[in-house]
Amino acid sequence: MSPKTPSKLEKILRAGHLAVTSECGPPRGSDASHIVHKAELIKQHVDAINITDNQTSVCRLCSLAACIRLKLMGLEPVLQMVVRDRNRVALQSDILGAASFDIHNLLCLSGDHQRFGDSAQGQNVFDLDSMQLLQTVRRMRDEGKFLGGDAIQRPPAMFVGAAANPFADPFEIRVPRLAKKVAAGAEFIQTQCIYNLDKFEQWMEMVRDRGLHEKIFILAGVTPLKSAGMARYMKSKVPGMDVPDDVVKRMAGTPKDKQAEEGITICVETIQRLKAVKGVAGFHVMAIEWEERVPEIVERAGLYPRPMLQ
Amino acid sequence: MIVADRKPIEEIIEQVKDLRSVLVLGCNECVTVCEAGGKKEVGVLASALRMYFLQQGREVNVGERTLERQCDTEYLEEIRDSIDHYEAVVSLACGVGIQFTAERYPSKAVFPGVNTCFMGAALERGVWAERCQGCGSCILATTGAVCPVARCAKRLFNGPCGGSTAGKCEISKDVDCAWQLIVDRLKALGRLEDFETLCPIKDWSTDRAGGPRKVIREDLRS
Amino acid sequence: MRLNYPSSVRIIRVPCTGKVDVLHILRCFERGADGVYVVGCREGDCHYQSGNFRAKKRVEQAQQLLDRIGIGGQRVRMCNLSSSDAPLFVRFAEEMHAAVLAAGPNPIRAARAAQKKATASSGMGLHP
Repeated sequence: MSPKTPSKLEKILRAGHLAVTSECGPPRGSDASHIVHKAELIKQHVDAINITDNQTSVCRLCSLAACIRLKLMGLEPVLQMVVRDRNRVALQSDILGAASFDIHNLLCLSGDHQRFGDSAQGQNVFDLDSMQLLQTVRRMRDEGKFLGGDAIQRPPAMFVGAAANPFADPFEIRVPRLAKKVAAGAEFIQTQCIYNLDKFEQWMEMVRDRGLHEKIFILAGVTPLKSAGMARYMKSKVPGMDVPDDVVKRMAGTPKDKQAEEGITICVETIQRLKAVKGVAGFHVMAIEWEERVPEIVERAGLYPRPMLQ
Repeated sequence: MIVADRKPIEEIIEQVKDLRSVLVLGCNECVTVCEAGGKKEVGVLASALRMYFLQQGREVNVGERTLERQCDTEYLEEIRDSIDHYEAVVSLACGVGIQFTAERYPSKAVFPGVNTCFMGAALERGVWAERCQGCGSCILATTGAVCPVARCAKRLFNGPCGGSTAGKCEISKDVDCAWQLIVDRLKALGRLEDFETLCPIKDWSTDRAGGPRKVIREDLRS
Repeated sequence: MRLNYPSSVRIIRVPCTGKVDVLHILRCFERGADGVYVVGCREGDCHYQSGNFRAKKRVEQAQQLLDRIGIGGQRVRMCNLSSSDAPLFVRFAEEMHAAVLAAGPNPIRAARAAQKKATASSGMGLHP
């Protein structure tokens, strides 16, 4: 299938390459140099860079502004949009804002509940849910229409994706849920970070049984562990995260000053094993506040240099 | 029913501390059932207020009355004569009753004695949980009679989100994941395949978002 | 056994302490009582299963309310004993008596007395 948008990420995926994306968290202030610096660190090693959207409900510089800055630097941003903070008017409006700067990648998310962040007393919106946002973006792009029915002047050409968590409960509907996202219009997926490779491969098998791997590009999420403490924390304190005991043991069994290196190695090994899994179309490397190690991970995993396109 | 909870007495005292007379007005319906504003609670509040005022060195006339409900004019009329003996009213009815009382007696200050919380049901004595948000266009038929608007913290129509863990919502272990409940219910009804049907975008104009609402039944009007 | 207990105690009999409501406790204080204690069966031995547990919760409610309006929650307490335990009954009475003495007279009584004086003197028409 030929690409439907000018998105570089879409082009790479449709050409059959394994794509590599990463993400940056914006600063808690208006100093954009923070984002610029992080993007500079990784730009040669990834095809596109996600900018998170007030993640964990903590107020930060908005994803849209940071994506514009990346675009002006000549990089490929992925705009993340949660439906927690904006109604359908603002969502459609921000999509047009992004499109006016020729941002071509959008990730549609629910968003963590505001209870977790610095605005626990605030309202939340949830006018649309993430699936309905997918439908909305596809309608804006493919039919050139707003939700209300009016025509859009220069419709947005967005390559649109969603998140998926192969490890969340209830397990029995994790594949039907992916099918639903495909039906809603998602064209790519970035998964929650993977430590339980057996369970992930089990999920992928069920995905393949339904032929979903041919309808959507699945980018496997990976996050390098910095320490045994981080492994334990993610195992017990983060909802929807599956960190097997032997991963924790491996980290804990390593001397403290070598644990970070071990974490990077585990991450590289994860990518190498997942490269062989049919239906995995690429990798989403999430190394928040550790972006300087992304180039090393990408290189050791044999994914460097990134493909150059016309 | 409408579930309410008693306001801390300090808040109520703050409103009435300078008065010379006050009527504590209860309601015999929802707030009685959730033990927040019925005849008993009226008695306790009135007694506590009398003692507070006496301690302040003032004898304040604290009246007690519980109406069948405060959201119907025929019952509010019952205090038409007696209300003039009081400077103000502390109403223990839900927010509806408090306002309706004030509408009936616009020159009388009416203060809330309870916090009105939600539409819900009793799980056991002393525990009430929210079940309905009054969105105005009920979709319970598609979700096996579990409401995602009232019971999902993110009111997702195509849930669950990635935070659902062991049947509980990401916001608290004490909150069930509504979408886990929906999946379980659809399974029990033999309709799990309905889960994949995409729920259309909600029309929120019948909800609070559309503005204060009315229901008008022409066939019932005289 | 003909044991003595303080004459300050007035007994109000109920079939089970579960019958005692928060309102009953408050009304005692409204009428000038300096202290109220609720004496029920030992926990687990309630003849009506859980009446004494309900009473305990209501006593706690009354304590909180009395603290918040300035009367003092230490004036009300819950005691548990077996109906044949006369020495314990006496001990509770003595302890309550001591607690109430320590708390001082119910401020309501002084307030009511002051009220009466105020209305009485103005009624006599004696203006300063």
